[in-house]
Amino acid sequence: MIELKHLSKTYGGGKQQPVKALNDLSLQVPEGMLYGILGPNGSGKTTCLRILCTLLAPDSGTVTVSGIDALTQPRQVRRLMGYVAQDVAIDKILTGRELLAFQSDLYHLPGNKRDERINELIDLLDMGEWIDRRCGSYSGGMRRRIDLAAGLLHSPQLLILDEPTVGLDIESRAVLWQVLRQLRDQGVTVVLSSHYLEEIDILADRLAIFDSGSVIAEGTPTDLKKELGGERVTLKVREFSDNQESARLRNLLLECPGVRDVVINQSQGYSLNLLVDTQDVSETIRSHLIELDIPVFSLTQSRPSLDDVYLQATGRTLMDAELAVAGLRDPKAERKQSM
Amino acid sequence: MTITSPSVQSESLGKGGQQPLPQVSAASEIFQETLALTRRLFLQLIRRPSTLVAGILQPLIWLILFGALFANAPEGLLPGGGSYGRFLGAGVIVFTAFSAALNAGLPVMFDREFGFLNRLLVAPLRSRASIILASVIYITLLSLTQSLSIIIAAGLLGYGWPSLPGMLIVILVLSLLIFAVTALSLALAFSLPGHIELIAVIFVSNLPLLFASTALAPLSFMPSWLSWLASVNPLTFAIEPIRASYSNDFHLTDIVLIAPYGSLNSLTCIAVLAVLSLFLFVAVSPILDRRLN
Repeated sequence: MIELKHLSKTYGGGKQQPVKALNDLSLQVPEGMLYGILGPNGSGKTTCLRILCTLLAPDSGTVTVSGIDALTQPRQVRRLMGYVAQDVAIDKILTGRELLAFQSDLYHLPGNKRDERINELIDLLDMGEWIDRRCGSYSGGMRRRIDLAAGLLHSPQLLILDEPTVGLDIESRAVLWQVLRQLRDQGVTVVLSSHYLEEIDILADRLAIFDSGSVIAEGTPTDLKKELGGERVTLKVREFSDNQESARLRNLLLECPGVRDVVINQSQGYSLNLLVDTQDVSETIRSHLIELDIPVFSLTQSRPSLDDVYLQATGRTLMDAELAVAGLRDPKAERKQSM
Repeated sequence: MTITSPSVQSESLGKGGQQPLPQVSAASEIFQETLALTRRLFLQLIRRPSTLVAGILQPLIWLILFGALFANAPEGLLPGGGSYGRFLGAGVIVFTAFSAALNAGLPVMFDREFGFLNRLLVAPLRSRASIILASVIYITLLSLTQSLSIIIAAGLLGYGWPSLPGMLIVILVLSLLIFAVTALSLALAFSLPGHIELIAVIFVSNLPLLFASTALAPLSFMPSWLSWLASVNPLTFAIEPIRASYSNDFHLTDIVLIAPYGSLNSLTCIAVLAVLSLFLFVAVSPILDRRLN
């Protein structure tokens, strides 16, 4: 359905420090899938989606949607897809219904089909109560729903959503997840980006993990986690430990039978993440620690998560990556790029 | 691509893209999208009428205060005789249309800033010129409405009425000026970084262009350098034919402007405006194209 090949995109230059948003990124999204793009802020997710939905031209590379070259035939591609942007742009002065009617004219829906389709979507997204109020009074969740409805008006084959659940209340998020699954079941290809691990893990049939403008891992959530192998044990000897203590413990734990590797997780109060061979190793570790007269604050065993996949590939957790880029981003420059 | 079963297609979310789309002509699609874009701008105007009201109030205050300022000027001071109020009327009418058209870029700039423009750009518009066309239609109708209100106000203040053919000339001249200024304002809206800069440009260019024209005083009152400026100012080319159209005995070929470089009649003034507005649209279209395509 979607084929992105060797995409590169650099922002800035001139007075600004150039920022490489995409770095030779290639990606294939099979048809009829709920496809997740996971990565920390600033990893190139939004740039990639903006290129895919024809809002932005890459510096190099190719974009094909359903066999159509999106760079040379953007209008044909726009007909096939719906796009729900990260920052919901809404006309506050129109009512939700007027906004949908406006949007359906831009998609050239014939008048008789238009109202029918709008009513269908109002029911589907449970918007009946407030659809005739002006958009200016809508909450974040309502805006996101109206935006999703706008993206679905022309019944697209491909739906692209950029971080659709950021800042959403639980109810709106549940509605959104349900609709996305329903769409997928009906054969629509859904691509969504997120920096929430759990969301992608629960929703996506397949996913790509982005880091610094490239794909660092790709596959189904199960396969990606299975490839890592083993089980994870998280150990804390006190609530907030320090690097020195954790480093000492790491050496001791590496000698413990069944422990393959130990990573110190700085963002979790220097807790220790152990990669272990077998399922019932936590008791062995506990008695090992008691023998050494080391207190145990908490000890939990879990299957590997997508964060472990990210950690394995990049050497840092997703949260660390988020924190690292938080100070580096220039909201003013990003706003300018999106205009 | 796999074809989904009919049962799937009939469901509420169905994949419309795989059903044969009815063949619709380009013209009707452009009409549909332009109408929707224009309707949105008018809905905004009706629900937030301050733009409309302020655009009438400001020139109305000009008309009343400036008219009163020179109410006791000696008779026969102005070329062709007549009261200052009557002289001023044409200037304020043109100023009204000019100011309104200068603001044409603001709604587009706000759409850019709030990201609403992206909503238009991801839609499969048949032609993105529809976005420009809708703005031109909106601003032309808005500016003409405001100018007509001022024509009526000037008439009620006793500053006279144009003849019926004169009225057609007034509308033609105003429309040409509005097109030219709208083209400029839209180009600015797509090239300046934000609305603060756009408002600054509007603010700086508005009054100097008014003062350096024949809106408030005839050329004969001005020092030579200013009369040169005023005789190349497009506002003057709009003001003079409108002023002439208020005369009972109005002919297009009557001399209306005795400029330092020669004398011009109404027809020449209108032709200059037409060429200017055409030239501006051609000149700014690469900017609009680059931003929209």
